[in-house]
Amino acid sequence: MQNLRWKITLILVVLFVFFGLGIYPILADRYHLPAPEWLAAKQLKLGLDLKGGVQLTMRVNTDDALRLTTTNTSEQLRESLKNGNVPFTNIIVDSATAFHVEGVPGDRTAELRNAADEITSTNYDRNPGAGGRFDFTMKPTIARDLREQTVEQALQTIDRRVNALGVTEPTIARQKNDEILVQLPGVADVARAKEIMGSPSLLELKLVEAGPMSSKEDLLKPYNGQLPNDLEVLSGAAERGSPDAGTVYYLVKKVAAVSGQDLRTAREAPDENNQPAVHFSLKPEGARKFGKVTGDNIGRSLAIILDDRVQSAPRIDGRITDEGRISGGFTLQEANDLSLKLRSGALPASLTYLQEQVVGPTLGADSIRSGVIASGTGLILILLFMLWYYKLSGVNAVVALLFNLIILLGLMAYIGATMTLPGIAGFVLTMGVGVDSNVLIFERIKEELAAQRGVRASINAGFDRVFWTLFDTHIASLIAAGFLFQFGTGPIRGFATTLSIGLIVNLFTSIFVSHTIFDMEMAGRKVPALSI
Amino acid sequence: MHIFKNPHYDFVRWRWYAIAVSWVIIIAGLVFINTKGMPKGVEFEGGTTVIVKFQNPTHIDTVRTALETGVADGTNAIVQSYGAAGQNEVMMRLRTSGSESANSLTSTADQVVAALNKAGLGPIAGQCPNQTATNCVAGTEIVGPTVGADLTRRGTLATVFALAGILVYVALRFQLSFAVGAVVATLHDLLITLAFLAFFNYELSLNVIAAILTITGYSMNDTIVIFDRVRENMRSMRRDNLAHIVNTSVNQMLDRTLITGGTTMLSVIALYLFGGEVLKAFAFTMIVGIITGTYSSVFIAAAIVVIWQGFRKPKTAPAAVAPASTPARKSRRRAS
Repeated sequence: MQNLRWKITLILVVLFVFFGLGIYPILADRYHLPAPEWLAAKQLKLGLDLKGGVQLTMRVNTDDALRLTTTNTSEQLRESLKNGNVPFTNIIVDSATAFHVEGVPGDRTAELRNAADEITSTNYDRNPGAGGRFDFTMKPTIARDLREQTVEQALQTIDRRVNALGVTEPTIARQKNDEILVQLPGVADVARAKEIMGSPSLLELKLVEAGPMSSKEDLLKPYNGQLPNDLEVLSGAAERGSPDAGTVYYLVKKVAAVSGQDLRTAREAPDENNQPAVHFSLKPEGARKFGKVTGDNIGRSLAIILDDRVQSAPRIDGRITDEGRISGGFTLQEANDLSLKLRSGALPASLTYLQEQVVGPTLGADSIRSGVIASGTGLILILLFMLWYYKLSGVNAVVALLFNLIILLGLMAYIGATMTLPGIAGFVLTMGVGVDSNVLIFERIKEELAAQRGVRASINAGFDRVFWTLFDTHIASLIAAGFLFQFGTGPIRGFATTLSIGLIVNLFTSIFVSHTIFDMEMAGRKVPALSI
Repeated sequence: MHIFKNPHYDFVRWRWYAIAVSWVIIIAGLVFINTKGMPKGVEFEGGTTVIVKFQNPTHIDTVRTALETGVADGTNAIVQSYGAAGQNEVMMRLRTSGSESANSLTSTADQVVAALNKAGLGPIAGQCPNQTATNCVAGTEIVGPTVGADLTRRGTLATVFALAGILVYVALRFQLSFAVGAVVATLHDLLITLAFLAFFNYELSLNVIAAILTITGYSMNDTIVIFDRVRENMRSMRRDNLAHIVNTSVNQMLDRTLITGGTTMLSVIALYLFGGEVLKAFAFTMIVGIITGTYSSVFIAAAIVVIWQGFRKPKTAPAAVAPASTPARKSRRRAS
């Protein structure tokens, strides 16, 4: 008796706790019942497919970062060779990880080796070829580290941008190698989300040598059509009120005076024409550089360049230190988004979208509705069958099943598991599989009764003998569910989670809870009879 | 209450017929898949799915015509009405998507919307902002061609590992012949399920793969329940030959096998009828899996154990079968 009371207490406590954790917050939310904040926060999490939102899979093109490093290194070597008067015909970047020097005279190769040792030896392998050619290839370990860093940096940048967007509970996770998965619940405007996450947003301020002009050729006339090594041509939109229509070109310094890394912050504020613009301020280091460049070049123009496109090229009227403005015919939202992107830093490499999924608000709500209807129908069908086939003992199974579902929901809410649409399928399936355990136990009890054993002995033997059968079947199912979890992403993992928790809880309810209920029924009866 | 009163069917004697019937279905399925190909969902091979919610009832033929004229690969588009009646939702599925490298992943989806607008079915105003909005895109799924490929591999791997794991577990808990029987029966269920998916033209989607893996675990359950009884009877019926013990065990468990299959079936049927469009394929796969799982644990799994033992000890345990008239009841009393 003592034992039984203890068991009942334990069951009621477990039930109470999980009802409070799993079911009550849902009811409280729906019917505006009072609930403490920590409990309301324990709401069963809904996956993207039920809540609605955007999911994107993107690849970080790490080659971009490697190519940049290779280009920079080759430029450094070019400078060094020039300064040391080492003759060569050309330096060419062959791929993201390789470049070569051509035409070094045989008697000067020692000097090239010296220069190269200083600049490239840590990161590049050097191979001499025929005709004074030297090939430089990035070391595999360096390339791997660099790719790794690039992905991590991209992940952090995207994370900052998404957080700045104010999305609640976003998921930004690295998948395999260079792939990143982003989930934005509640977001419907996928185009804007993609623009904000994927734009490199590399800000550079460069001195203008010539321009704006309407064609590249005009810009290069003073140089006989040959682009000097330290300059580059960039395009931009014609400024308001200028006679040039459409695209114009600027000849600017290759080296940036100030870049996005020097930024302290950026925010939207109207310019002097009351048009939306982005104001930025610089860190002390950047401010010093900016002050020097502007002080030395009063009267010239400074191009404000975003992702290799000139936004504007205002004239430097005086020395400016730590503040600046980017205007370029933005709308208010464009200006807001741009300042957000500048604040969160530049992406180290471009992104390629591999997969995109948008679940609109209707679809999510429909899925929840049909999930609830399917669960309800399944539950009623099973309950009716169990009550019809097993009479009063069916009640026992019904109670055990209800306990199973309540604990399942409560546990999922408590551990923060996510309910997805396939997860609902797992929930419904748990009902069907859940009563199977009761069926096996009941059938065994019937068998024992048929063998002329007493009711109590039959019940005990039924539970004892079936325990190991249930243990084996549950383990087999858990093995399959475990590999499903391993294989799956997002929604499928939700299914595997629901199924696994359901299985484990089922062992508790179908054996412990169900047995205790039988014990309760039998307690205090002299000549027990069983309706089964 | 009993479904069968003291059944004593000779399941072991029917084993060769059962295996033949299964082979016919499996081979037909494989031939079918080989010639017609197994349609694969967007998530496997890449492609574009667009679900549009129209303001007015829109016939899917009208939509199909619009896509045929307005979208590059529109003639191969799958067009279905979606969701509950009266929602006016139409799902369009195309095998193409924009290129990944040019960052124009959405170009097919954009073409679809443009084609609908051109045909005067719109104007479709972008993504649905809320639940009541109409004439808008309710959902899209676009998968570039490079993501899909390895899903098939991972799905197959997960299935193989799950089977191997269960093989080891059953071999440890029972004996090797039982483990082989259970795994062959499960493999049989997977192949039959695939065959039926192909016959009924269901697409291989992530949900279907999940269902297939669930069947792997589920189909094992019935088999283990019967094996458990075989093991128990092997102790109490030491003098009987294996075929007889297996027959007795299957007959003793017949009610159980049918009821457990039945209750799970009830839940899956509820899912099939009311679970919505996305879960329909999942539920169908489960329905087939439960039927074949129940069938295979009665006809295949136990038979494999008998056959396996027959090969190992051809003299002491001939494949001969106990007389069908032997009442199963005789062995009901346990020795313990």
